[in-house]
Amino acid sequence: MKTFAQLNFPGRLIAVEGLDGSGKSTQIYLLKRWLEAEGIKVYFSEWNSSELVKAATSKGKKRELLTPTTFSLIHATDFADRYERHLLPLLRAGYVVLCDRYIFTAFARDVVRGCPPEWVRGIYNFAAQPDLTIFFKADLEVSLNRILEGRPKLKFFEAGMDLGLSSDPYESFRIFQGRILEQYMAMSDEFNFVVMDANLHVEKQQVLVRKLVGERIDLKQFKRRSPLPLPPAAPPDDKATEMEEDSAA
Amino acid sequence: MSTNTDPINPCRRFYGHGIPGVQLEAITGKLIVVEGADGSGRSTQIARLVDWLETNGHPTVQVGLKRSTLVSSELEKAQKGNILSRTTLGLFYATDFADQLENIILPALKAGFIVLADRYIYTLMARDMVRGMDEAWLKNLYGIAPEPDAVFYLSVEPEELVQRNLAKNATLDFWESGMDLGLSRDVFDSFIKYQTAIQAVFRRLQKTYDFNIVDANRSMDSVTKELRKKIGALLDE
Repeated sequence: MKTFAQLNFPGRLIAVEGLDGSGKSTQIYLLKRWLEAEGIKVYFSEWNSSELVKAATSKGKKRELLTPTTFSLIHATDFADRYERHLLPLLRAGYVVLCDRYIFTAFARDVVRGCPPEWVRGIYNFAAQPDLTIFFKADLEVSLNRILEGRPKLKFFEAGMDLGLSSDPYESFRIFQGRILEQYMAMSDEFNFVVMDANLHVEKQQVLVRKLVGERIDLKQFKRRSPLPLPPAAPPDDKATEMEEDSAA
Repeated sequence: MSTNTDPINPCRRFYGHGIPGVQLEAITGKLIVVEGADGSGRSTQIARLVDWLETNGHPTVQVGLKRSTLVSSELEKAQKGNILSRTTLGLFYATDFADQLENIILPALKAGFIVLADRYIYTLMARDMVRGMDEAWLKNLYGIAPEPDAVFYLSVEPEELVQRNLAKNATLDFWESGMDLGLSRDVFDSFIKYQTAIQAVFRRLQKTYDFNIVDANRSMDSVTKELRKKIGALLDE
């Protein structure tokens, strides 16, 4: 599997992976803010966010229509849409693309759900390897507590309830996340994950993330030369800022 | 269905990895696929087969492309905008197929029904292959599909397909003409080129998947007669 640099793309792709509650979304958000401030051409893409596919996925999840196979395929469809319509052209145009979860999420989750690993990997073989993959490794208990201490209402698929591991969503979530972590660790070397200690303080982690990115990627190559288009008219309230904070949480 | 005397099909198999947790041994129904372009008489032949089979006491279920609860309306909407790239379109159709496979086809086969599929993975593969997708990638993807008991490909010359489609709709469908491929700006030319390319792929796939090619340039009745004869033999086995 070749990286975008090895495939001579002018852009670079950085992916973050980790369990729910590992803090990876906060870290990639802060990384994005830094790169933007540095004048780097940067684009952020989140797992399961294609405008075209999302409606079907959320319907499937809400109505609990998904099987391991359709769960896997609908996420692959979502990824393919973002990959072909956004990531590839942006990488051709010399952007630094930040992905909150990449194909490794599917490799881990779908296999825990019982899909054959070769089948899942085969489906995603159109995707190149990130130039840098940071795996946020928190102790399982730390991740679980971050998610569970608020006693949130865990969603059916998020808790792995479709696997019948336990009739208690919290117990099911624990077992499910533990199995996903095993899958991640098993592929860590194969895909050159840089493992970040996600038990560290948030700010300390960000210092390490920025240092790592600066060492691995020659950022000055990715500076914006043409001016940014004018921003859209300011919204009447502070909704835009609120939303940013939500997605980082 | 009181006493089920159908023999268990010992050689039923998936094309590839199959579906997690699904065993095919216990399946007693039959899966019959009818393939062919729009205008090949597919829908008419399937309607006739359903009539005939049900009259003879066989329970039937029909499936077809883009009919899943999960994604059919979203897929339809996305296609209208014509902004899907080929991998996305291919995977969207695969999702639609998998949803019907697990929720309709497999349960019906387990219950001893005859499932009539109005197109199957071969059309999906052929469309993607004409768009340059890798055959090995497609074979892996559709390794979830069970091998049907019989596949009939209704073959009609592209020139005849044009006549039939225009007689019926007075226009040629955007996707059935492969207009997304930019083969020609002229719909008529594009349709002929696209259908010719699809037929070439079908002939290639026939070698791997061993389906019956039925000459459907003939009258509806003679095609029906041939289908009944072959399906009758299959049910008598």
